Amino acid sequence: MKLPIYMDNHATTPTDPRVFDAMKPYFTDVFGNAASRNHSFGWEAEEAVEKARKQIADLIGATPKEIVFTSGATESNNLALKGIAEMYAERGNHIITQVIEHKAVLDTCKRLEKNGVRITYLPVRQDGLIDLDQLRAAITDKTILISIMYANNEIGVVQPVKDIAKIAKERGVLFHTDAVQAVGKIPVNVIADGIDVLSLSGHKLYGPKGVGALYVRRRNPRVQITAQMDGGGHERGMRSGTLNVPGIVGLGAACEIARREMAEETKRLSFLRDKLQDKLTQELDEVYINGSLEHRLPNNLNISFAYVEGESLLMGINDIAVSSGSACTSATLEPSYVLKALGAGDDLAHSSIRFGIGRFNTEEEVDYVADKVIDVVRKLRELSPLYEMAKEGVDLSKVVWAAH
Amino acid sequence: MAYSDKVLDHYNRPRNVGSLDKNSHDVGTGMVGAPECGDVMKLQVKVNPETGIIEDAKFKTFGCGSAIASSSLATEWLKGKTVDQALEIKNTDIVNELSLPPVKIHCSVLAEDAIKAAIGDYKKKQQVTAKAETVAVQ
Ligand SMILES: Cc1ncc(COP(=O)(O)O)c(C=O)c1O
Repeated sequence: MKLPIYMDNHATTPTDPRVFDAMKPYFTDVFGNAASRNHSFGWEAEEAVEKARKQIADLIGATPKEIVFTSGATESNNLALKGIAEMYAERGNHIITQVIEHKAVLDTCKRLEKNGVRITYLPVRQDGLIDLDQLRAAITDKTILISIMYANNEIGVVQPVKDIAKIAKERGVLFHTDAVQAVGKIPVNVIADGIDVLSLSGHKLYGPKGVGALYVRRRNPRVQITAQMDGGGHERGMRSGTLNVPGIVGLGAACEIARREMAEETKRLSFLRDKLQDKLTQELDEVYINGSLEHRLPNNLNISFAYVEGESLLMGINDIAVSSGSACTSATLEPSYVLKALGAGDDLAHSSIRFGIGRFNTEEEVDYVADKVIDVVRKLRELSPLYEMAKEGVDLSKVVWAAH
Repeated sequence: MAYSDKVLDHYNRPRNVGSLDKNSHDVGTGMVGAPECGDVMKLQVKVNPETGIIEDAKFKTFGCGSAIASSSLATEWLKGKTVDQALEIKNTDIVNELSLPPVKIHCSVLAEDAIKAAIGDYKKKQQVTAKAETVAVQ
């Protein structure tokens, strides 16, 4: 076993060596511009791009023409929301999203608000799922779009996408989903799920960074999007810019591998995740799992170790790469807004660790991680005045703290 | 973020972890911070009432590595000082000793607050004791 161990696969994943192999020729040998129509260099590049387009479409049940290549999911989300807001401005100016979206959606919405679009940010329940009645109630005759992520990047909860799509369809509203964390991890099918627009990203499914795609439905309904980048009119006018051929080839290869291996991989990952979860919850008292256990990605565990601050825990497990929702680990000095939205209290947000198990993690690594975390949590609890008070029977919620 | 060697040293080998009897009249207890802010420090001093010298100091901290290091360092510095000398410890001394980056300065502030709170608690107890003695004499 090699240290350090990478177990932060919601942040990014390593490129699968098979993906890398597929990409290699497209840097030096097959370097053509896919838009060059009059020589073989261009044709070969175009062929590679079209193969990738099909590999991606096949993974999500789309047709190749519905795939628009982008630089990643941040761009896909921007293009989807801004492009729809602009295209459908005459029909309405209201978009519904939720508070635990990725910043690429939330900050895009904030920008749109400045331009006169009204945004409803739905809260989530304690399990991290939106309330469908609240969604129904939020729709007005001005609503043009619902944007709700498929699976959350911090707590891994999977939203009731099919139900959301049904509600959207009933009310004639488009449905976009940021499916970055779901595609390639759990079955996503734009037809069966009823998705109109979907964002995905290469580096979250063992493909390269800096490449992503936007699925834009072409039938029932035909979704139109106003381009946000002006230029050569690539990607049927929706996204100008010379295509990143090696990146696209990598994204295609990654999708193909995911499609073939997902069933097996899901079994393996959920076994490892459950093992980690069982060890931690059996060996330690007062640990809380954040977000629904039932509606959850197979590889995610987001867990709060009460009375232990997240960054100090990360320090103690410095040969393991994971993330914390603690304020001390974020640039803003605010604890995770996702965990805060669950309403569990800021103290549990400060005490949270996100484990993202990936394709290349082994059972031996999971055992090592579990043992190490248990060890460090115990040590830090010895150091924690809160743990001591709790053990003495003090109700911490009733203490008047000398906050600074 | 990279931690300074001194922060790592205090984190890995925290000094004076533990608790003193908070009901004892020669022990002062300071508890500062709040769980929802991500740090709580409990700092205790045991003072010799005759000499006013801090004979023992203990801490427990919920917080990041820098908060742990700041309070651990504070206990080291407190031992052997008089109560009045203790009050002269400034958060900037802690920042300098541990090479804390700007985002961690609040940890040192909290440690200074904890020292002040612990000494304040001790002094209050002494006044009460003194008063009780005066009453007894009358
Ligand atoms: C849910 C979600 N949406 C969007 C993004 C942004 O994707 P990208 O890094 O491809 O821009 C991420 C990754 O950080 C994510 O987890």
